[in-house]
Amino acid sequence: MAQTLNPAQPSMVVKLDPRVEVSNWRRARYSLLKAGWPVLGLVILGVMLFLALFGPQIAPKDPNRQNLILRLTAPMVADDAGNVDFPLGTDSLGRDVLSRMIYGARISLMVGVVAVFIGGFMGTALGLLAGYFGGLLDDVIMRIADIQLAFPFILLTIMVLVVLGSGVLNLVLVLGIGQWVTYARIARGQTISQREKEYVEAARSIGARDSRILFRSILPNTLAPLIVIASFNVASVILSEASLSFLGLGVPPTVPTWGGILAESRDQLLGGSWWLAVFPGVAIMLTVLSLNILGDWLRDFLDPRLRRSS
Amino acid sequence: MSAYIIRRLLQSILVLLGVTLLSFLTLHLAGDPTYLYVSERASEEEIVMTRQRLGFDRPLHEQYLGFLGRMAQGDLGLSLRARKPALGLVLERLPATIELTLFAMLFSTALAIPIGIISALKRGTRVDGGIMLIAMLGQSIPGFWLGIMLILFVGLELRWLPISGHIPVIEPLLEGDFSKALTNVPDAFVHLIMPGLTVGVFSLSRNARLVRSSMLEVLSLEYITTARAKGLQERLVVLRHAFRNALIPVVTLLGLEFGFLLSGVVVAETVFSWPGVGRLVFNAINQRDIPLVQAAVVLFAFLFVGLNLLVDLIYAQLDPRIRLS
Repeated sequence: MAQTLNPAQPSMVVKLDPRVEVSNWRRARYSLLKAGWPVLGLVILGVMLFLALFGPQIAPKDPNRQNLILRLTAPMVADDAGNVDFPLGTDSLGRDVLSRMIYGARISLMVGVVAVFIGGFMGTALGLLAGYFGGLLDDVIMRIADIQLAFPFILLTIMVLVVLGSGVLNLVLVLGIGQWVTYARIARGQTISQREKEYVEAARSIGARDSRILFRSILPNTLAPLIVIASFNVASVILSEASLSFLGLGVPPTVPTWGGILAESRDQLLGGSWWLAVFPGVAIMLTVLSLNILGDWLRDFLDPRLRRSS
Repeated sequence: MSAYIIRRLLQSILVLLGVTLLSFLTLHLAGDPTYLYVSERASEEEIVMTRQRLGFDRPLHEQYLGFLGRMAQGDLGLSLRARKPALGLVLERLPATIELTLFAMLFSTALAIPIGIISALKRGTRVDGGIMLIAMLGQSIPGFWLGIMLILFVGLELRWLPISGHIPVIEPLLEGDFSKALTNVPDAFVHLIMPGLTVGVFSLSRNARLVRSSMLEVLSLEYITTARAKGLQERLVVLRHAFRNALIPVVTLLGLEFGFLLSGVVVAETVFSWPGVGRLVFNAINQRDIPLVQAAVVLFAFLFVGLNLLVDLIYAQLDPRIRLS
């Protein structure tokens, strides 16, 4: 973790025969296995992704089916026949917590990925334009970015969701728009440093149009730091989504989400129904932790300073 | 310096205009905002009257100017439920929120610094690895979930700390009752620990990592080698030479930190039934009390921008490199 500071750290140096051409994928795999922790992160994320994609096929029960007689059943309680019907217990309406958690993976991951995609797309586009063309356009875009950065955006998010009402689409849009500034600033900085490089000059001298230079020459060279930011960003958006769901501003209550189950758990705490609070929190934590660890690794891996030393 | 002050002031005004404009426009996102102010059973007549009374029938720019004008006089509208000035309701709750935020900020900074330094000095060892793993965990858990876990295990199971309740310190101070404020401090502290941890855990973790990496960077600089070469004790090298410069990135973030913590306060207060602005906002959200939410957002924006301005000015005074760049 945080190994960027000393670029020459020997353990990170990839020693390979210089005569052999090594593909990026092979290099990534080598570095990933060497680092250890990120592999675990990748596995956890893989599991979550699997749950998100195939939730309906995997979930043992209908996540919204209520069973008021069996409400607040503790985890791993067996019925008379000795079967454990609810491995993670039931909630206050007798719904199966395990099934709700599996369905919840879908919302959390989707909100995180889609919001980051929206913010990343918007921010990268604006940053490229601002950096490439400069002038008034640059000024306007960056002033707006400054304003947004000078204010805890989550408060405005709350306000927007109160007015518009909650729902997956609104949530994803607002969270996404909240992220664009980071991408814009990085994309702009990268563009400015790339703009004067010889390869851009070369492209220009053979008559390439601005759009071609921007997307074919400059964009690929700005992507690495943006991808690193995106992986951390998915993590923080998932946390925001959980907070907003907890405040009742996430998706409608009928849609099971991790944050939503947590919100419900608050009313059951004094009754001792700990499972409602523990399991979804662990799921959020594992997902976010995996993303953070992977982001750390990705940053070290993509950092050109590290690569140079090999 | 004065040029810098003027530049920062203008910048702050711009930000506030931006934020107020955004929070004003937000009301109009869903179309006619009148419907946010009347009940679902309101008659057509009532709707028209409300629309006129609140000025929603006027052109948008006029409405915004009116909004700014009223705001300048401290009028942020009436709370829909309490039928009282929204700003007053928010201000009433502010001291409790400030207490919680300040506490979270103080302890997250005060703990992060020694932890980060130790981690940097023990770099590469198990201690370092352990600390960084915990810090990574701290950055990955939802703060409010930590709050819930604390309530469950420290509060309800072990019964070590109270799970709710707030003992005021700032309020008696404002009323001039100094001795009451002082006698309240120990009890207030006990009630602050769990909510404070909930609000501050992310900052604590991030700051610890920040101090560590900044410390490592400073320790690799030449003036540190010089200090060691001239035979200075390691303790002095670390504490007097490296430490001060390593703190710069942390101090820079303090202003932003406050705003960041403020936004975490909304959920934490909800978890611990803390009688602050956050819980007020939470209740307002559930009752769709728009003016109240708006008043809180605008007030937080002012607080945030004002504090950042203050921190930047003090900072520029301390470090000439800032105002000259």
